[in-house]
Amino acid sequence: MAVAQRTALPAQRGAGWNKLAEKVVAHAFLIAISVIFMVPFFWMVSGSLKTGVDLNAFPVVWFPKTLTLENYIAGLQVFPFARYLFNTLVICAFSMLGAALSSSFVAYGLSRIEWRWRTPLFVVILSTMMIPFYVTMVPLFTMFRSIGWTDTYLPLIVPHFFGVPFYIFLLRQFFLSIPKEMSESARMDGANELVIYWRIILPLAKPALAAVALFQFLTSWNDLLGPLIYLSDADSYTLSLGLTFFRSEYSSQFGPLMAASTVVVIPVIVVFFFAQRTFIQGITLTGVKG
Amino acid sequence: MTTTTAQSSSAERRSAARRPARTPQQRRNFFWGLVFTSPAIIGLLWFTLYPVLVSLYYSFTSATMMKPAQWLGLGNYESLVSDSSWWDSLGNTLYYIVVSVPLGIAVALFLAILLNLNVRGQSIYRVIFYLPAIVPLVASAVVWLYVFNPQYGVFNTVLGWFGITGPGWLASPEWAMPALIIFSTWGAGNLMIILLAGLQDVPQDLHDQAKVDGAGVFRRFRHVSLPFLSPHLLFALVTGLIAGFQFFTPVFVLTNGTGGPAGKTLVSGLYLYQNAFQFFKVGYASAIAWVLFIIVGLGTALVFRLVGRRVYYGGA
Repeated sequence: MAVAQRTALPAQRGAGWNKLAEKVVAHAFLIAISVIFMVPFFWMVSGSLKTGVDLNAFPVVWFPKTLTLENYIAGLQVFPFARYLFNTLVICAFSMLGAALSSSFVAYGLSRIEWRWRTPLFVVILSTMMIPFYVTMVPLFTMFRSIGWTDTYLPLIVPHFFGVPFYIFLLRQFFLSIPKEMSESARMDGANELVIYWRIILPLAKPALAAVALFQFLTSWNDLLGPLIYLSDADSYTLSLGLTFFRSEYSSQFGPLMAASTVVVIPVIVVFFFAQRTFIQGITLTGVKG
Repeated sequence: MTTTTAQSSSAERRSAARRPARTPQQRRNFFWGLVFTSPAIIGLLWFTLYPVLVSLYYSFTSATMMKPAQWLGLGNYESLVSDSSWWDSLGNTLYYIVVSVPLGIAVALFLAILLNLNVRGQSIYRVIFYLPAIVPLVASAVVWLYVFNPQYGVFNTVLGWFGITGPGWLASPEWAMPALIIFSTWGAGNLMIILLAGLQDVPQDLHDQAKVDGAGVFRRFRHVSLPFLSPHLLFALVTGLIAGFQFFTPVFVLTNGTGGPAGKTLVSGLYLYQNAFQFFKVGYASAIAWVLFIIVGLGTALVFRLVGRRVYYGGA
């Protein structure tokens, strides 16, 4: 920044010191808060590696005296991790595919084609976001049960193939920013809208599609209420649901509980580290900008 | 669209109004527009309109999971008025919202301001603060069970360093809800990112100018940053309110689905779930849902009325 200008202004005298003090205070706060935010994760991992003695020691043992994997082994015996992981991934994969495909498809119709219903329809779609899930939850359950979809993954997947309002909003914003000329010249060459959508717009929209896919991955991975309502066969449980029942059976055995939690949390953290930028951009996109 | 001119032209216009598009180009666009939006239209009818209407209908009936519906009129709604558990659940929900929404916004704002100072290692801090918001709620709730443990937990250990004997947290009727609120606040990272984005949109020259005029940090925040941030804060308030009424997963996991101790964490979302999927009272649960929906709607409208006009949209 313009240092010369700054020293010239009387009001700025001592700005250097103030700046330094500001930085020191900011760092002190940031480090302290970071520690507070990270403690539960530390507690989870250290708890998962503690022996029963250390877990129930008083005063509290921060670092396990002897590292043990017995909690993981005990946890895995009652908690079929691989099975639940597979179930969860199946739901995640299909929901991501459905959400990204259908939402982009609909968003195309609401942004790249000029027709008279596009604004009213967009308003209607957006306003359905205001309807809370608990209003539709019970009838959706009875409906899915009557067509025999309970205890399958269909209720957790199929609705995502019909456009998710939030993602439609996000993708529409993105599509509107693509110059019209890109479609026009393709239309001149005789391409129809399906071709333009698939060959031109989708490839350009990869970052936005990645954000949608990641959001949906997280939503499906974290979802409890959906699987809780629809799945009753223990073999079809997801990780979240499995962990919930695990928790009620082992409510005071913290070792296995922490091991199971670690196993559920770590994949998300790994995904997050690889896709951090997309996440943060996606969140920002959803803000009030636009 | 009706016309006052000659008969023939009125008929012509009416048929034109009925026809979706006039030129071939418009007709083609209309066709493709419908094709592309058809998934959403079908979805709206199937997964929104139909269940909303059915839920409204259920709310006036004695439907259970096993029995077909019998018309009750306002019966369910009348029962709600005299249902003390329902009033308790509403009170618990309001307690949760009134404390956790402002607290969450304050924490998120504080973190966003700190990060906006452009300190070194900003991205690491950002990840640390954001992480709790993205890990699976069920797993982190299980972890906090251990954190809140009165004897072996982190919380009371740290309080002990300061000579404070910590409460029983989730086992204590008074402290169970504060525990849930603390847990929720730990997940404020999502909001922090949004507020940080807002702060970064504040024009730097306005800040510099205020500085030259001798405005201190607080005055600059109040008069420069805050107006630019107001749409984000309104967004946070409204979404926080709506999410607060749907608060479910942490309380379900942490209290084992009971809403204990002594019903002090029985929030509306949980009470609704219990009625629908444990007591199988579909009609009653639907009435709960509709009353909640109306409360949320009125609450949101109130927020827009009270706060909405103070929002400054110059920056967006």
